[in-house]
Amino acid sequence: MSAAEVPTVIELSPEDVRREQLERTEVRPAGQKADVLLKVSGLSTHFFTPDGVIQAVDDVSFELGYGETLGLVGESGCGKSVTALSIARLVPDPPGQIVAGEIVFDGIDVLKLSQEDVRKLRGSEIGFIFQDPLTSLNPTLTIGYQIGEAIREHMGLSQKAARERVVDLLSKVGIPRAADRLNDYPFQFSGGMRQRVMIAIALSCDPKLILADEPTTALDVTIQAQILELIAKLADEFHTAVLMITHDLGIAAGMCDRVNVMYAGRIVETATIDELFDDPRMPYAWGLLDSLPRIDDVKGERLRTIEGLPPLLIKPPDACRFHPRCIYEREICREDEPELTRRGSDSHYARCWATEPDGWIP
Amino acid sequence: MITYIARRILWIIPVLFVVSVITFVLMHAVPGGPWDQEKRLPASVVARLNQEYGLDQPLYAQYINWATDFVTGDLGPSYRFQDRRVNDIVADGLMTTVQLGVMAFILSVVVGIPLGILAALGHNRWPDYLSTSLSIVGIATPSFVLGILLIIVFAVNLGWFPTGGWKGPETWVLPTVALAGFPIAVIARYTRASMLEVTRKDYIRTAQSKGLQRSAVVNRHMIRNALIPVVTILGPTLAFLVTGSFIIERIFNIPGVGQFYLNSITTRDYSLLMAMTMMYAFAVAFLNVVVDVLYAYIDPRIRYS
Repeated sequence: MSAAEVPTVIELSPEDVRREQLERTEVRPAGQKADVLLKVSGLSTHFFTPDGVIQAVDDVSFELGYGETLGLVGESGCGKSVTALSIARLVPDPPGQIVAGEIVFDGIDVLKLSQEDVRKLRGSEIGFIFQDPLTSLNPTLTIGYQIGEAIREHMGLSQKAARERVVDLLSKVGIPRAADRLNDYPFQFSGGMRQRVMIAIALSCDPKLILADEPTTALDVTIQAQILELIAKLADEFHTAVLMITHDLGIAAGMCDRVNVMYAGRIVETATIDELFDDPRMPYAWGLLDSLPRIDDVKGERLRTIEGLPPLLIKPPDACRFHPRCIYEREICREDEPELTRRGSDSHYARCWATEPDGWIP
Repeated sequence: MITYIARRILWIIPVLFVVSVITFVLMHAVPGGPWDQEKRLPASVVARLNQEYGLDQPLYAQYINWATDFVTGDLGPSYRFQDRRVNDIVADGLMTTVQLGVMAFILSVVVGIPLGILAALGHNRWPDYLSTSLSIVGIATPSFVLGILLIIVFAVNLGWFPTGGWKGPETWVLPTVALAGFPIAVIARYTRASMLEVTRKDYIRTAQSKGLQRSAVVNRHMIRNALIPVVTILGPTLAFLVTGSFIIERIFNIPGVGQFYLNSITTRDYSLLMAMTMMYAFAVAFLNVVVDVLYAYIDPRIRYS
């Protein structure tokens, strides 16, 4: 990809972009999947606010194969959701704007599509599951209507056929007596049932990709497991790829083949789930793993956390973004930002000076 | 639902009772009486008049007299227009006032809501600036200024409409517009704010993520939800409009009852004042019931029992 293809670059000088692009082509993870459904390269999404430009997503690249489940893990505000919204070009504009990068979905360059064409992609090829199923469903429309909407829009089915498909989807997501519940409103469903409705909406047109943005965060733990199981089962059945966005490494471990760890708008580590759990190569990932509650935790003791807060994303300095919270940081971490470079295997990359081959963490 | 409506309508009775007691007491607490004029009447005449109209009795007795008459449909004599009963005054002017109010209400809704929607859809662009400017002008312009301006431009200069009176559709236009100016502005602002709020809702993002056309997102997902808070102000707005406007009726020389409301206060025309207040209170109470019923129609989450 050449710098000329970058749509609009604001707040970054052309030289910067060209340099970053060059560097990236060298370090980008080699295609782990031959059949790539989604390829995100150098994606930067910024928010132009009165306080300054928030670089919510900064130079993010990853690939997702057909039928694969990829995790995108990180704490709140690290840019996970904005990454997902950028893929379907749903970032609210103003204030958000995709300022650089390329998103190739199923061979289509999404950022070059017209508004109308990208609309046709949404819902039909890319489905969304959002975090809070209560606020994500329209309170004044029946769920039958809300599920059928995308079907009527994209599949051109008759009223009757569309209705049958809705009933079918509702039974698939495990809603009992589906046909009787079409005329019910979201408030008549429990939280878990609402998320099942959301899943039915996401799957309604048989998409190739589902962007699941914290799909279980608003649900209680027992329901969480059911919903995750359902997503996994249906993704398999429909042969749908899933980008699973979560702050919970446990969920990522259970659902995903590979995981990208995001911090402060950047991908800081990418690995298969086994590699990440066995040998994380970025102190932030350690922190995340370490803060998972364990079965042998002493009752009554405080849960472990990562000290400090993520940085503001307005004009981040050229430094490792994690260094203020990192217990291994050295001078170089404050002066220069590390690149995402290869560790151990073809699938394992990390952004950390300390775990580079000549670093100070073996 | 029907029992709910019936119960709510029955509740209007105690509301009217409380309003009438408060108004009655306040009205008599204010210094002065119906017989005070520039030229003072002799004390003996005032005493005679008070006796004649029962104003010499203790207040509670006067209230009971008034309430008894009111319940039987007799609004009492007018103290100012001594040859007329309040019933006649109301009967003569009420329909005119209500007609003017309803026309102004329809105009405010038909113009105000789309104006607000357009403003929100063109947020921070020219449709928004246009609509917001119109709203500010509408709210800031007193109805007598708007009324007089309309007369000067459209009646005097252009000669399209008569300057006043109430004789057929061509006389209705200017007062309706003048009366609707303020509510149009208020409704447009409410609608705009409510639409902007809805635009940020998660379910709008969901609707967009389904790849719906913009018109479908706006029509089916935004407007209906945005109108819920707007409906709240429609009840009081209609009540305000149908009880008439002293100013508009004066400027356009309309034989309605609106002008009597203010007059009855300044002249201490007790029975006329009570009649007007009760009408206003009834309109507000009744239209609030209507609004609550409308809620249930718009918002499926609301079900009354």
